[in-house]
Amino acid sequence: MRLVAEHLEKRFGALTAVADISFSAEPGAVLGLLGPNGAGKSTTVSMLAGLMRPDRGTVRVGGATLGIGADPSKRHIGLVPQELALLDDLPTRMNLEFFGALYGIAGRALALRIDAVLELTSLSDRALDPPKEFSGGMRRRLNIACALLHEPQILLLDEPTVGVDPQSRNAIFGTIEALASAGRTLVYTTHYMEEVERLCDRVVVIDHGKVLADDTLQGLLARAPMPNLLNLRYDAPPDTAALAEIEGLAGITRVELSGLELSVAAVDLGTAAPRVLERLAARGFRCLELTSRRANLEDVFLSLTGRSLRDT
Amino acid sequence: MNSLTAFRALVRKDLALFLRDRRALLVSVITPILIAGFFGFLFGGSGDDSPVTRVPLAVVDQDASGLSKAIVADLGRDPSLAIVSMTREEAQERVGSGKLRAAILFSPGFGAAATEALAGAIAKPAVEVLYDPSQPLVRPIVEGLLTQHVMRQVTRDAKPVPFTIKNTAVSSGPQYNAYAHSFAGMTVQFILFMSIDAGVTLLLMRQQGVWRRLRAAPLSRFVLLGSRVVGTTMIALLIFTAVYLAAMFIFGVRIAGSVVGFAAVAVAFAILAATTGLMIAGVGRSVGATRGLSILAALLLVMLGGAWVPAFLFPEWLQNVSEFVPTRWAVDGLDAMTWRGLPFHAALLPVAVLLGWSVVFALIAVWRFDWEGE
Repeated sequence: MRLVAEHLEKRFGALTAVADISFSAEPGAVLGLLGPNGAGKSTTVSMLAGLMRPDRGTVRVGGATLGIGADPSKRHIGLVPQELALLDDLPTRMNLEFFGALYGIAGRALALRIDAVLELTSLSDRALDPPKEFSGGMRRRLNIACALLHEPQILLLDEPTVGVDPQSRNAIFGTIEALASAGRTLVYTTHYMEEVERLCDRVVVIDHGKVLADDTLQGLLARAPMPNLLNLRYDAPPDTAALAEIEGLAGITRVELSGLELSVAAVDLGTAAPRVLERLAARGFRCLELTSRRANLEDVFLSLTGRSLRDT
Repeated sequence: MNSLTAFRALVRKDLALFLRDRRALLVSVITPILIAGFFGFLFGGSGDDSPVTRVPLAVVDQDASGLSKAIVADLGRDPSLAIVSMTREEAQERVGSGKLRAAILFSPGFGAAATEALAGAIAKPAVEVLYDPSQPLVRPIVEGLLTQHVMRQVTRDAKPVPFTIKNTAVSSGPQYNAYAHSFAGMTVQFILFMSIDAGVTLLLMRQQGVWRRLRAAPLSRFVLLGSRVVGTTMIALLIFTAVYLAAMFIFGVRIAGSVVGFAAVAVAFAILAATTGLMIAGVGRSVGATRGLSILAALLLVMLGGAWVPAFLFPEWLQNVSEFVPTRWAVDGLDAMTWRGLPFHAALLPVAVLLGWSVVFALIAVWRFDWEGE
């Protein structure tokens, strides 16, 4: 089911939290909403989830305009809030029974759905324990499970991995990828570029409540002012012929020599690095040190906003 | 159907969370029983055949005439007084230190002067009463009893007073039970405290994102807030039931009036408590400040409502003011149905007032509720 945001705008008094945001999320894909804290991501998610009415613009769920309150279109949406929105004192199964019942699911249907989401999030063996006894990662997984009970076609994940260990993060990524493979529409909000690079098919970069870029990951990386760089230090400076040969290799976009340091810009570091090393070695140059730097979304964000994601 | 399933789940969730919270159970059920038991004991217990509390009183007879001795002897036979003879200095010291409530002093020559004064021959002699200013109610009692005993002795040769006093405790119920009032007051107080917790919990749910998740579901405001009212009302009724079962089986409190009337007052007050919680959640912003201010407001409400000290002991202006306080109607309604033993129709006005306030509180809650705030 397609989720479309059209010119969303939201103000809180004098503060414009969301100025003009438009994008669409497609079934079977993960759309990343990337932006620093305070960029307007959570407000956007609130409008996408039907928690907040936009001052201007609309949200369309499978073609229908989304309202707030008891709007039936909300049944198609599952929200994973940034906070651990759980009832800590009630057993996990009771948590799931409660959140499932909010969507009108009851009886055997609810029991089956609970078993399914517990299986999906690897929590089946802890169904009788309350979340207050869980690790951070398990609580995050349960937080996701609660949003899946009513089998939403659209899943909004608002910073779902905050404060979890790498193992749990991988487990969460696995769940998200499985959901995307199953044809769900996923909107993933984060300020971790590594997560966007790992998960998202398409990325919407937001800052100050506006969309700065909306593209595939490769498309965004192509906008990076700094390309992938291979930095090599040799025992002697490569001569002009060697530099010309390197420049002529496929996928090499720039070659610069500074003393013993050779800097090579490449489209793909994985294929460029062995070729460069091989050609220079054949000419008798011995590489003393090799480092590489891959262009990333941080560079893209910096070029788009003039500030770093991590500064915020 | 979907909304009904959700409504039931929301109510069940509130009940489950309350019943699993041992601290809440302890505070809401055990504490009012203990405090009401203590206050009830202080204010006269179950009102059965327990002896009347005697006022400790000193007598200083510097006259030592036949009349003064007869009066002192008569005072000593009074069941409401505990008379001790002593010197003026001792009396002053013991009244001043609070060990005695008051002292009566018969000056030398009192007997002769009193007899002559009765005939109008000379000015009346003075009988001095020393009293503890912290016990202002004792002074008029002592004055009245003293007058009664002096006149009885002075006029003993004349015709006796042509009546006797027969004391009858007037209530429609079988017997006054101080526990009945104290349990009414403390139940009201602790249910109000529970309602504060319910309101603050809603604020916490907002902070912790649970509220966000509830609002993400296709549920109307009516379902979200209405289920909250029903859940809190049911918790209040659970507390009511538990506390009054203890009151009945341990402290002998009886619903001497209408059982239906008692239930109606209990339900009306439970609804009031639930809407109070909702109003707190609607008006409150930060959890800490809201909790503090709400407790202060609740204490004022129960104090003015006569939950601690019966409202009839208030000055008249305060009694009038307290009629605008909903807790006053709850306490009075419960008193009416328990120890006063009044019929069902006596519960109607308290129920109507409590429900009226509930509507006001609910409207304020809906008006002030910040739906979009996270």
